[in-house]
Amino acid sequence: MSTSSGTSGVGGETHEEMNPEQQIAREDYAGHDMPVHEPAHPVPDPGVEEHIPRLTDVDQAAADRVERQVVTMFMLVPVTAVLFVLSYYLIPRDSFVDFGPLHASAKHVALGLTLGIGVLLIGLATQQWARQLMANNEIIEERHPGHSPADANEEAMNQLTVGIDESGVPRRKMLIYSALGAIGILAAPALVLLTDLGPVAGPNYRRRTFETTLWKEGVRLVNDITYTPIRPEDLEIGQLVNGVPENLKDLTGAAFNDAKAKAPIVIVRMNPADIKIPADRKDWQVAGILVYSKICTHVGCPISLWEQQTHHLLCPCHQSTFDLADSGKVVFGPAARALPQLPIKINDEGFLVARSGFPVPVGPSYFERDSRKDLGQSGEYR
Amino acid sequence: MRLLSSRRRHPAAKALLLVAALFVIGAVYAAVAPTEQSAAEPNTSQQVTKGKELFSVNCSSCHGLNGEGTSQGPSLVGVGAAAVNFQVSTGRMPLARPGAQAPVKPREFNDEEVAALAAYVATLGPGPAIPNASQYSTDGLTDEEIARGGELFRTNCSACHNFTGRGGALPGGKHAPSLVGVSNLHIYEAMLTGPQQMPVFSDQVLPSQQKRQIIAYLDSIHQEPNHGGLDLGGLGPVSEGIVGWAIGIGCLIGFAIWITARGARAR
Repeated sequence: MSTSSGTSGVGGETHEEMNPEQQIAREDYAGHDMPVHEPAHPVPDPGVEEHIPRLTDVDQAAADRVERQVVTMFMLVPVTAVLFVLSYYLIPRDSFVDFGPLHASAKHVALGLTLGIGVLLIGLATQQWARQLMANNEIIEERHPGHSPADANEEAMNQLTVGIDESGVPRRKMLIYSALGAIGILAAPALVLLTDLGPVAGPNYRRRTFETTLWKEGVRLVNDITYTPIRPEDLEIGQLVNGVPENLKDLTGAAFNDAKAKAPIVIVRMNPADIKIPADRKDWQVAGILVYSKICTHVGCPISLWEQQTHHLLCPCHQSTFDLADSGKVVFGPAARALPQLPIKINDEGFLVARSGFPVPVGPSYFERDSRKDLGQSGEYR
Repeated sequence: MRLLSSRRRHPAAKALLLVAALFVIGAVYAAVAPTEQSAAEPNTSQQVTKGKELFSVNCSSCHGLNGEGTSQGPSLVGVGAAAVNFQVSTGRMPLARPGAQAPVKPREFNDEEVAALAAYVATLGPGPAIPNASQYSTDGLTDEEIARGGELFRTNCSACHNFTGRGGALPGGKHAPSLVGVSNLHIYEAMLTGPQQMPVFSDQVLPSQQKRQIIAYLDSIHQEPNHGGLDLGGLGPVSEGIVGWAIGIGCLIGFAIWITARGARAR
């Protein structure tokens, strides 16, 4: 406690520097019989910094100079406003200003500059005014205790008890039970509305929706956008085609969007000597033409960033990288499963068609997904 | 007329008539005959010879004396004249030093030398020829076709080149270059031949009409005036975020320091 009394002594000396009102307020406060708990400080409280008046407080000429600065800045604001209006009406819309890397509409640049400078001038002027000319004195505001006085607490509790008594609830319990029941039953309509968040994705629902795509045996592979069918001889080694199933063309609206979110494929042709094909996928490809889902198995971004020399397909969202020359296995990034491969063949007319649908669900993972037929990161079936 | 009729039995008349007829036939042939090949064809063998010389000096150290490829560079058999024209006239080849990717740099060969190299490499095996102007010219395309080009670009190209063709990053220090300011011919050749990591988009799958539409789309978006001021590379939130944090917040910090600074004191 000896240190704390010492610090209050240091603080007391600086009170001489305060203005009279401030000092009175502090003495009033100290006059209250509030318990004073001075915490023990490891370092003595240095107290309030010594007050040094500003140059503008003592030098009238300096103060006048600052006043002139502030007034000048305020008086420039109408000038920028007038320039703004003039630029709005006088600068033609098709004129451009070229300045270094800037190539922009002259009108927009002029409007932005005049308005921006005007607002900036107001800000600078008020700040300069406040810093140099407004009253300059350090103020101490002591912290008051946060809790209410004990008598106020007691009074509030009394009023609450009286309120409960007067409502009649202690004598007529049925009132409060029926009121709570009435409010509680309103949860039922809300719950009914919430069922629209569903339906719960049970196995049948999943099979009908996000586990199937438009692909089935005999569906032709066509170019996205143009829907032109593809012959194997059209593809060169190193070629990439963004494809969709031909039956996507028949859909419109929401059904089209639903189907297109799942069905897109990338068709790539690689040198057959460069490709590793597992024994059970021997007949899934045609002369080095392999087809994979375009939907990343991580969170479902469409991927077509393919490096033809490394055979890597990179997802732009989180950099998952799939090796299309090695069954679409993950070689980098957060994706856990290989990219699903679509088995293909050639039909009687010589076009590329699907041999079947995707053998595993395409797209990102979900809790209920059966991943036993997927190629994992290590390459084994999981 | 009397002069002509009186001289028609002159001994020189037959010979003169023959000369006149030959002259007329020659003139008609010159007017009708196709003129385009006449300049290039007779020079072809010379061009190939010159191309082989240039190839031996500048390319063979990596691609092999006969373009068969070595451990340092791929085989050029079957890459075609279009690939040579793209790689050499954009300065990508000859490579200055090995790296992740051949960068664009000032070209080392003039048009004539590039044509000679292309003609020589084209003899190594069948490959795509240099496209002619009618294939990549964007003249006469309607707004609808240009919009279709935009759809094709966003489907096939935007994964790497960004949807306004500003380019983007690839793994391992490689990048997809910006397409701003790239000539129509070079864009066409790149789609046709698939240089470096870029996949091939052959004319059978993406016909030249659709390639023209893609090129026209790129031209149209790159000619659009920028009403928004500095585009900061058009790269999206990365460059804009850097400027916002460094310059925007930097200015605010500067003002905050100025506002709280004590300024001139009496002593």
